[in-house]
Amino acid sequence: MKPAEKEWTPKILAFLCNWCSYAGADLAGISRMQYPPNIRVVRVPCSGRVNPYFIIKALQRGWDGVLVSGCHPGDCHYISGNLVARRRFAVLKDLLEYLGIESGRLNFSWVSAAEGEKFATVVKEVVEKVKALGPAERLVKR
Amino acid sequence: MHNVENSIREAAKKLLSEKKVDLIVGYERGTLPLRTTPCFVDKAEDVRKLVWNENCDANLSKYLLSRKENVGVVAKGCDARSIAVCIFEKQIDKEKVVIIGAPCLGLIDKKKVKAKLDGRELLEATIEDEQIRLKGEGFELVFPKKDFICNSCLTCRHRNPPIYDVFTGEKVSEAEVDEFGEIADLEAKPAKERWEHFKEELDKCIRCYACREVCPLCYCKTCFVDQTMPIWFGKTNDLSDTMIYHLVRAFHVAGRCVDCGACSRACPMNINLREVVKKTEKIMKERYDYTAGLSLEKIPPLGEFKIDDSQEFIK
Repeated sequence: MKPAEKEWTPKILAFLCNWCSYAGADLAGISRMQYPPNIRVVRVPCSGRVNPYFIIKALQRGWDGVLVSGCHPGDCHYISGNLVARRRFAVLKDLLEYLGIESGRLNFSWVSAAEGEKFATVVKEVVEKVKALGPAERLVKR
Repeated sequence: MHNVENSIREAAKKLLSEKKVDLIVGYERGTLPLRTTPCFVDKAEDVRKLVWNENCDANLSKYLLSRKENVGVVAKGCDARSIAVCIFEKQIDKEKVVIIGAPCLGLIDKKKVKAKLDGRELLEATIEDEQIRLKGEGFELVFPKKDFICNSCLTCRHRNPPIYDVFTGEKVSEAEVDEFGEIADLEAKPAKERWEHFKEELDKCIRCYACREVCPLCYCKTCFVDQTMPIWFGKTNDLSDTMIYHLVRAFHVAGRCVDCGACSRACPMNINLREVVKKTEKIMKERYDYTAGLSLEKIPPLGEFKIDDSQEFIK
Protein backbone atom coordinates (compact mmCIF):
# COMPACT_ATOMS: atom_id res chain seq x y z
CA MET A 1 0.00 0.00 0.00
CA LYS A 2 1.23 3.47 -0.84
CA PRO A 3 1.65 5.80 2.16
CA ALA A 4 -1.15 8.10 0.96
CA GLU A 5 -3.66 5.26 0.97
CA LYS A 6 -2.84 4.25 4.51
CA GLU A 7 -5.54 5.05 6.99
CA TRP A 8 -4.63 8.08 9.06
CA THR A 9 -4.04 7.43 12.73
CA PRO A 10 -3.25 10.19 15.18
CA LYS A 11 0.14 10.67 16.71
CA ILE A 12 0.02 11.84 20.27
CA LEU A 13 2.93 13.06 22.32
CA ALA A 14 2.69 12.12 25.98
CA PHE A 15 4.74 13.72 28.72
CA LEU A 16 4.65 11.37 31.69
CA CYS A 17 6.11 12.16 35.06
CA ASN A 18 8.72 9.71 36.20
CA TRP A 19 7.23 9.02 39.61
CA CYS A 20 3.53 8.46 38.93
CA SER A 21 2.27 8.43 35.37
CA TYR A 22 5.29 6.72 33.85
CA ALA A 23 5.02 4.02 36.50
CA GLY A 24 1.27 3.94 35.81
CA ALA A 25 1.98 3.34 32.13
CA ASP A 26 4.45 0.66 33.12
CA LEU A 27 1.84 -1.03 35.28
CA ALA A 28 -0.63 -0.92 32.40
CA GLY A 29 2.04 -2.63 30.32
CA ILE A 30 2.98 -5.38 32.74
CA SER A 31 -0.69 -6.00 33.49
CA ARG A 32 -1.16 -6.64 29.73
CA MET A 33 -3.82 -3.94 29.41
CA GLN A 34 -4.74 -3.00 25.90
CA TYR A 35 -4.64 0.60 24.74
CA PRO A 36 -4.11 2.21 21.33
CA PRO A 37 -0.53 2.42 20.12
CA ASN A 38 -0.80 6.07 19.11
CA ILE A 39 1.16 7.65 21.92
CA ARG A 40 4.86 8.33 22.06
CA VAL A 41 6.12 8.80 25.58
CA VAL A 42 8.56 11.41 26.81
CA ARG A 43 9.61 10.64 30.35
CA VAL A 44 9.99 13.82 32.42
CA PRO A 45 11.06 14.12 36.07
CA CYS A 46 7.84 15.92 37.01
CA SER A 47 4.82 17.46 35.29
CA GLY A 48 6.32 20.74 36.49
CA ARG A 49 9.20 20.07 34.11
CA VAL A 50 6.88 20.41 31.15
CA ASN A 51 7.60 23.83 29.76
CA PRO A 52 4.64 25.28 27.83
CA TYR A 53 7.12 25.61 24.95
CA PHE A 54 7.21 21.78 24.74
CA ILE A 55 3.48 21.68 24.16
CA ILE A 56 3.41 24.54 21.68
CA LYS A 57 6.41 23.14 19.84
CA ALA A 58 4.72 19.75 19.59
CA LEU A 59 1.68 21.38 18.02
CA GLN A 60 3.86 23.34 15.64
CA ARG A 61 5.72 20.19 14.59
CA GLY A 62 2.42 18.60 13.67
CA TRP A 63 1.63 16.27 16.56
CA ASP A 64 -2.09 15.67 16.49
CA GLY A 65 -2.46 15.80 20.24
CA VAL A 66 -0.52 16.28 23.45
CA LEU A 67 -1.06 14.53 26.75
CA VAL A 68 0.59 15.67 29.95
CA SER A 69 0.21 13.42 32.92
CA GLY A 70 1.55 13.73 36.44
CA CYS A 71 0.97 12.78 40.05
CA HIS A 72 -2.29 13.61 41.79
CA PRO A 73 -2.25 16.93 43.71
CA GLY A 74 -0.56 16.34 47.01
CA ASP A 75 1.35 13.28 45.76
CA CYS A 76 4.11 15.08 43.86
CA HIS A 77 7.56 13.64 44.47
CA TYR A 78 8.81 17.22 44.61
CA ILE A 79 5.89 18.30 46.87
CA SER A 80 4.44 21.01 44.64
CA GLY A 81 5.72 20.58 41.07
CA ASN A 82 2.34 19.49 39.77
CA LEU A 83 0.54 22.29 41.59
CA VAL A 84 2.72 24.91 39.94
CA ALA A 85 2.25 23.14 36.61
CA ARG A 86 -1.52 23.05 37.06
CA ARG A 87 -1.84 26.84 37.04
CA ARG A 88 0.50 27.12 34.10
CA PHE A 89 -1.45 24.54 32.08
CA ALA A 90 -4.78 26.15 32.97
CA VAL A 91 -3.64 29.46 31.49
CA LEU A 92 -2.00 27.82 28.48
CA LYS A 93 -5.02 25.69 27.67
CA ASP A 94 -7.45 28.59 28.02
CA LEU A 95 -5.24 30.76 25.84
CA LEU A 96 -4.69 28.15 23.12
CA GLU A 97 -8.40 27.42 22.97
CA TYR A 98 -9.14 31.12 22.75
CA LEU A 99 -6.86 31.35 19.73
CA GLY A 100 -8.90 28.59 18.15
CA ILE A 101 -6.95 25.39 18.81
CA GLU A 102 -9.42 22.51 19.27
CA SER A 103 -9.72 21.73 22.97
CA GLY A 104 -9.32 17.96 22.41
CA ARG A 105 -5.73 18.38 21.27
CA LEU A 106 -4.52 19.39 24.71
CA ASN A 107 -5.02 16.82 27.40
CA PHE A 108 -4.00 16.70 31.01
CA SER A 109 -4.46 13.97 33.56
CA TRP A 110 -3.34 12.82 36.97
CA VAL A 111 -2.40 9.14 36.96
CA SER A 112 -0.73 7.55 39.97
CA ALA A 113 1.68 4.60 39.86
CA ALA A 114 -1.15 2.31 40.95
CA GLU A 115 -3.58 3.42 38.26
CA GLY A 116 -2.55 1.32 35.28
CA GLU A 117 -6.17 0.94 34.32
CA LYS A 118 -6.79 4.68 34.49
CA PHE A 119 -3.79 5.24 32.26
CA ALA A 120 -5.17 2.86 29.64
CA THR A 121 -8.58 4.58 29.80
CA VAL A 122 -7.04 8.05 29.53
CA VAL A 123 -5.07 7.06 26.45
CA LYS A 124 -8.13 5.44 24.85
CA GLU A 125 -10.19 8.58 25.46
CA VAL A 126 -7.51 10.91 24.19
CA VAL A 127 -6.97 8.88 21.03
CA GLU A 128 -10.70 8.80 20.34
CA LYS A 129 -11.01 12.53 20.85
CA VAL A 130 -8.10 13.31 18.57
CA LYS A 131 -9.31 10.82 15.94
CA ALA A 132 -12.63 12.64 15.85
CA LEU A 133 -10.82 15.95 15.29
CA GLY A 134 -8.75 14.63 12.41
CA PRO A 135 -5.17 15.55 11.54
CA ALA A 136 -3.79 18.71 13.15
CA GLU A 137 -3.72 21.73 10.87
CA ARG A 138 -3.91 24.85 12.99
CA LEU A 139 -0.55 26.11 14.25
CA VAL A 140 1.31 23.44 12.24
CA LYS A 141 4.32 24.82 10.42
CA ARG A 142 4.45 23.46 6.90
CA MET B 1 -6.44 69.25 32.78
CA HIS B 2 -4.50 72.54 33.25
CA ASN B 3 -4.82 72.21 36.93
CA VAL B 4 -3.22 68.73 36.77
CA GLU B 5 -0.51 70.07 34.47
CA ASN B 6 0.32 72.85 36.92
CA SER B 7 0.45 70.57 39.87
CA ILE B 8 2.68 68.11 37.98
CA ARG B 9 5.07 71.01 37.33
CA GLU B 10 4.93 72.12 40.95
CA ALA B 11 5.52 68.59 42.21
CA ALA B 12 8.40 68.13 39.78
CA LYS B 13 9.93 71.45 40.76
CA LYS B 14 9.67 70.61 44.44
CA LEU B 15 11.21 67.16 43.99
CA LEU B 16 14.09 68.53 41.93
CA SER B 17 14.86 71.52 44.11
CA GLU B 18 14.71 69.44 47.28
CA LYS B 19 17.12 67.02 45.57
CA LYS B 20 14.78 64.11 46.23
CA VAL B 21 15.19 63.08 42.61
CA ASP B 22 17.87 63.68 40.00
CA LEU B 23 15.56 63.40 37.05
CA ILE B 24 11.91 63.76 36.18
CA VAL B 25 10.49 61.66 33.38
CA GLY B 26 7.36 63.23 31.96
CA TYR B 27 5.82 64.38 28.72
CA GLU B 28 6.50 67.41 26.58
CA ARG B 29 4.72 68.73 23.54
CA GLY B 30 5.53 66.77 20.40
CA THR B 31 6.35 68.21 17.02
CA LEU B 32 3.16 66.95 15.42
CA PRO B 33 -0.42 67.75 16.37
CA LEU B 34 -1.94 65.44 18.97
CA ARG B 35 1.48 64.14 19.93
CA THR B 36 3.57 64.28 23.06
CA THR B 37 7.00 62.89 23.53
CA PRO B 38 8.76 61.61 26.65
CA CYS B 39 10.83 64.32 28.26
CA PHE B 40 13.63 64.21 30.80
CA VAL B 41 13.96 67.17 33.12
CA ASP B 42 16.92 67.53 35.45
CA LYS B 43 16.78 71.24 36.27
CA ALA B 44 14.00 72.83 38.32
CA GLU B 45 13.68 75.75 35.88
CA ASP B 46 12.90 73.39 33.01
CA VAL B 47 9.74 71.96 34.55
CA ARG B 48 7.56 74.25 32.43
CA LYS B 49 8.35 71.94 29.53
CA LEU B 50 6.17 69.31 31.16
CA VAL B 51 2.67 68.95 29.80
CA TRP B 52 -0.37 66.90 30.67
CA ASN B 53 -3.18 66.16 28.24
CA GLU B 54 -5.09 63.43 26.40
CA ASN B 55 -2.09 62.71 24.19
CA CYS B 56 0.29 61.59 26.92
CA ASP B 57 0.08 58.02 25.75
CA ALA B 58 3.58 56.61 26.22
CA ASN B 59 3.92 54.29 29.19
CA LEU B 60 6.93 55.84 30.88
CA SER B 61 7.63 52.94 33.19
CA LYS B 62 9.84 51.52 30.43
CA TYR B 63 12.30 54.38 31.13
CA LEU B 64 12.68 53.40 34.77
CA LEU B 65 14.15 49.97 34.17
CA SER B 66 17.76 49.75 35.32
CA ARG B 67 18.12 53.44 36.22
CA LYS B 68 20.92 54.25 38.63
CA GLU B 69 19.74 57.70 39.70
CA ASN B 70 16.63 58.68 41.66
CA VAL B 71 13.81 59.33 39.25
CA GLY B 72 10.43 60.99 39.50
CA VAL B 73 7.95 59.76 36.95
CA VAL B 74 4.61 61.06 35.75
CA ALA B 75 2.19 58.15 35.74
CA LYS B 76 -1.41 57.54 34.74
CA GLY B 77 -3.40 54.72 36.29
CA CYS B 78 -2.09 52.07 33.90
CA ASP B 79 1.49 53.38 34.06
CA ALA B 80 1.49 53.31 37.84
CA ARG B 81 0.19 49.75 37.77
CA SER B 82 2.91 48.59 35.42
CA ILE B 83 5.48 50.33 37.63
CA ALA B 84 4.00 48.42 40.56
CA VAL B 85 4.45 45.12 38.70
CA CYS B 86 8.07 46.04 37.87
CA ILE B 87 8.74 46.99 41.50
CA PHE B 88 7.32 43.65 42.65
CA GLU B 89 9.51 41.86 40.13
CA LYS B 90 12.55 43.79 41.37
CA GLN B 91 13.14 45.52 38.06
CA ILE B 92 12.61 48.94 39.55
CA ASP B 93 13.96 49.94 42.95
CA LYS B 94 11.09 51.40 44.93
CA GLU B 95 13.49 53.54 46.97
CA LYS B 96 14.72 55.25 43.83
CA VAL B 97 11.38 56.06 42.26
CA VAL B 98 8.91 58.79 43.07
CA ILE B 99 5.62 58.20 41.30
CA ILE B 100 3.82 61.42 40.42
CA GLY B 101 0.34 60.03 39.96
CA ALA B 102 -2.09 61.83 37.70
CA PRO B 103 -5.75 61.07 37.03
CA CYS B 104 -6.58 60.16 33.44
CA LEU B 105 -9.86 60.40 31.59
CA GLY B 106 -8.75 58.51 28.53
CA LEU B 107 -6.24 58.98 25.75
CA ILE B 108 -6.80 59.97 22.16
CA ASP B 109 -6.21 57.12 19.76
CA LYS B 110 -4.18 58.48 16.85
CA LYS B 111 -5.20 55.55 14.69
CA LYS B 112 -8.86 56.48 15.09
CA VAL B 113 -8.03 60.08 14.17
CA LYS B 114 -6.05 58.94 11.16
CA ALA B 115 -8.95 56.83 9.94
CA LYS B 116 -11.20 59.89 9.89
CA LEU B 117 -8.70 61.96 7.91
CA ASP B 118 -8.75 59.79 4.77
CA GLY B 119 -5.06 60.26 4.13
CA ARG B 120 -5.14 64.05 4.49
CA GLU B 121 -2.42 65.61 6.61
CA LEU B 122 -3.34 66.94 10.01
CA LEU B 123 -1.74 70.33 10.68
CA GLU B 124 -3.47 71.49 13.80
CA ALA B 125 -5.72 69.97 16.42
CA THR B 126 -7.42 71.51 19.39
CA ILE B 127 -9.40 69.84 22.11
CA GLU B 128 -12.00 71.90 23.94
CA ASP B 129 -15.18 71.09 25.82
CA GLU B 130 -15.19 67.42 24.88
CA GLN B 131 -14.85 68.41 21.22
CA ILE B 132 -11.89 67.81 19.00
CA ARG B 133 -11.20 70.12 16.09
CA LEU B 134 -8.96 68.81 13.33
CA LYS B 135 -7.53 71.29 10.85
CA GLY B 136 -5.49 70.78 7.73
CA GLU B 137 -5.13 72.18 4.26
CA GLY B 138 -8.64 72.82 3.01
CA PHE B 139 -10.52 71.06 5.74
CA GLU B 140 -11.71 71.58 9.26
CA LEU B 141 -13.53 68.83 11.07
CA VAL B 142 -15.15 68.75 14.48
CA PHE B 143 -15.89 65.51 16.30
CA PRO B 144 -16.90 64.62 19.82
CA LYS B 145 -13.82 63.63 21.77
CA LYS B 146 -15.37 60.38 22.89
CA ASP B 147 -15.18 59.02 19.31
CA PHE B 148 -11.41 58.98 19.55
CA ILE B 149 -10.78 57.53 22.98
CA CYS B 150 -8.46 54.51 22.99
CA ASN B 151 -10.16 51.13 23.36
CA SER B 152 -7.99 50.31 26.36
CA CYS B 153 -9.24 53.50 28.06
CA LEU B 154 -12.86 52.65 27.33
CA THR B 155 -12.62 49.57 29.52
CA CYS B 156 -10.31 51.12 32.11
CA ARG B 157 -11.29 50.73 35.75
CA HIS B 158 -8.25 52.36 37.29
CA ARG B 159 -8.17 55.93 36.06
CA ASN B 160 -6.55 57.03 39.31
CA PRO B 161 -3.17 55.45 39.97
CA PRO B 162 -3.63 52.87 42.73
CA ILE B 163 -0.02 53.39 43.79
CA TYR B 164 1.69 56.79 43.94
CA ASP B 165 3.94 58.97 46.08
CA VAL B 166 2.54 62.34 45.06
CA PHE B 167 -0.94 62.76 43.65
CA THR B 168 -1.58 65.68 41.35
CA GLY B 169 -4.95 67.22 40.61
CA GLU B 170 -8.12 65.69 41.93
CA LYS B 171 -9.18 62.09 41.82
CA VAL B 172 -11.67 61.30 39.09
CA SER B 173 -14.56 58.91 39.48
CA GLU B 174 -13.92 55.37 38.29
CA ALA B 175 -16.10 54.23 35.42
CA GLU B 176 -18.31 51.19 35.85
CA VAL B 177 -17.52 49.36 32.66
CA ASP B 178 -17.61 45.79 31.47
CA GLU B 179 -13.89 45.07 31.55
CA PHE B 180 -14.00 42.07 29.27
CA GLY B 181 -16.94 43.06 27.11
CA GLU B 182 -14.83 43.66 24.04
CA ILE B 183 -13.67 40.06 23.78
CA ALA B 184 -17.03 38.53 24.74
CA ASP B 185 -18.25 38.33 21.13
CA LEU B 186 -15.09 36.62 20.05
CA GLU B 187 -15.21 34.15 22.89
CA ALA B 188 -18.78 33.23 22.04
CA LYS B 189 -17.79 32.19 18.53
CA PRO B 190 -16.92 28.58 17.71
CA ALA B 191 -13.20 27.66 17.75
CA LYS B 192 -12.99 27.55 13.98
CA GLU B 193 -14.22 31.13 13.58
CA ARG B 194 -11.89 32.34 16.31
CA TRP B 195 -9.04 30.64 14.52
CA GLU B 196 -10.00 32.28 11.23
CA HIS B 197 -10.21 35.65 12.97
CA PHE B 198 -6.80 35.42 14.59
CA LYS B 199 -5.32 33.96 11.45
CA GLU B 200 -6.42 36.99 9.50
CA GLU B 201 -5.31 39.44 12.20
CA LEU B 202 -1.93 37.94 13.06
CA ASP B 203 -1.05 37.19 9.46
CA LYS B 204 -0.50 40.95 9.13
CA CYS B 205 2.35 40.81 11.64
CA ILE B 206 5.74 41.72 10.18
CA ARG B 207 7.66 40.74 13.33
CA CYS B 208 8.98 44.27 13.94
CA TYR B 209 8.66 43.59 17.70
CA ALA B 210 7.34 47.10 18.36
CA CYS B 211 4.79 45.53 20.73
CA ARG B 212 7.55 43.88 22.70
CA GLU B 213 9.81 46.93 22.78
CA VAL B 214 7.04 49.18 24.00
CA CYS B 215 5.63 46.75 26.56
CA PRO B 216 6.63 47.84 30.08
CA LEU B 217 6.78 44.21 31.16
CA CYS B 218 8.83 42.82 28.27
CA TYR B 219 12.16 43.54 29.88
CA CYS B 220 13.89 40.18 29.37
CA LYS B 221 17.49 40.65 28.27
CA THR B 222 17.02 37.95 25.66
CA CYS B 223 13.50 37.39 24.44
CA PHE B 224 12.51 33.80 23.71
CA VAL B 225 12.25 34.58 20.00
CA ASP B 226 15.80 35.96 19.95
CA GLN B 227 17.28 32.95 21.69
CA THR B 228 19.62 30.86 19.60
CA MET B 229 20.50 28.08 22.03
CA PRO B 230 18.05 26.48 21.59
CA ILE B 231 15.97 28.14 18.93
CA TRP B 232 12.51 27.43 20.28
CA PHE B 233 10.43 29.06 17.60
CA GLY B 234 11.19 30.37 14.16
CA LYS B 235 11.86 34.01 13.42
CA THR B 236 9.99 34.00 10.13
CA ASN B 237 6.68 35.65 9.43
CA ASP B 238 5.16 32.30 8.65
CA LEU B 239 1.69 32.28 10.21
CA SER B 240 2.57 29.51 12.65
CA ASP B 241 5.62 31.40 13.91
CA THR B 242 3.87 34.74 14.28
CA MET B 243 0.91 33.12 16.01
CA ILE B 244 3.24 31.42 18.45
CA TYR B 245 5.16 34.62 19.07
CA HIS B 246 1.98 36.45 20.05
CA LEU B 247 0.64 33.50 21.97
CA VAL B 248 3.79 33.07 24.03
CA ARG B 249 4.15 36.81 24.59
CA ALA B 250 0.61 36.84 25.93
CA PHE B 251 1.46 33.87 28.11
CA HIS B 252 4.52 35.66 29.44
CA VAL B 253 2.51 38.71 30.45
CA ALA B 254 -0.31 36.63 31.94
CA GLY B 255 -1.04 37.89 35.43
CA ARG B 256 1.23 40.88 34.85
CA CYS B 257 -0.38 42.75 31.97
CA VAL B 258 -2.19 45.89 33.11
CA ASP B 259 -3.84 46.55 29.74
CA CYS B 260 -2.17 49.90 29.13
CA GLY B 261 -2.78 49.32 25.42
CA ALA B 262 0.76 50.28 24.44
CA CYS B 263 1.16 47.19 22.22
CA SER B 264 -1.91 47.99 20.16
CA ARG B 265 -0.95 51.66 19.82
CA ALA B 266 2.57 50.75 18.73
CA CYS B 267 1.59 48.20 16.10
CA PRO B 268 2.37 49.58 12.63
CA MET B 269 0.14 46.97 11.01
CA ASN B 270 -2.88 47.95 13.11
CA ILE B 271 -3.26 44.54 14.71
CA ASN B 272 -5.49 44.70 17.75
CA LEU B 273 -3.01 42.96 20.01
CA ARG B 274 -5.07 43.73 23.08
CA GLU B 275 -7.51 41.10 21.90
CA VAL B 276 -4.91 38.46 22.72
CA VAL B 277 -3.51 39.83 25.98
CA LYS B 278 -6.91 40.85 27.30
CA LYS B 279 -7.80 37.17 27.48
CA THR B 280 -4.94 36.50 29.89
CA GLU B 281 -6.30 39.22 32.13
CA LYS B 282 -9.69 37.57 32.05
CA ILE B 283 -8.25 34.14 32.84
CA MET B 284 -6.42 35.59 35.84
CA LYS B 285 -9.54 37.35 37.06
CA GLU B 286 -11.84 34.39 36.62
CA ARG B 287 -9.60 31.59 37.76
CA TYR B 288 -7.55 33.30 40.44
CA ASP B 289 -9.45 36.52 41.19
CA TYR B 290 -6.38 38.60 40.50
CA THR B 291 -5.87 41.98 38.91
CA ALA B 292 -2.29 42.97 38.18
CA GLY B 293 -0.57 46.07 39.50
CA LEU B 294 -2.82 46.93 42.40
CA SER B 295 -0.49 45.93 45.19
CA LEU B 296 3.22 45.72 45.87
CA GLU B 297 2.89 42.66 48.10
CA LYS B 298 0.36 40.32 46.54
CA ILE B 299 1.98 37.40 44.70
CA PRO B 300 0.70 37.04 41.13
CA PRO B 301 -1.16 33.81 40.26
CA LEU B 302 1.64 32.15 38.31
CA GLY B 303 4.01 32.74 41.22
CA GLU B 304 2.04 30.68 43.70
CA PHE B 305 -0.52 27.87 43.90
CA LYS B 306 -3.26 26.48 46.07
CA ILE B 307 -4.03 22.85 46.67
CA ASP B 308 -7.65 23.40 45.61
CA ASP B 309 -7.02 25.34 42.38
CA SER B 310 -9.53 24.80 39.59
CA GLN B 311 -8.70 21.69 37.56
CA GLU B 312 -11.84 20.92 35.58
CA PHE B 313 -9.66 20.41 32.49
CA ILE B 314 -7.57 17.64 34.08
CA LYS B 315 -8.84 14.08 34.07
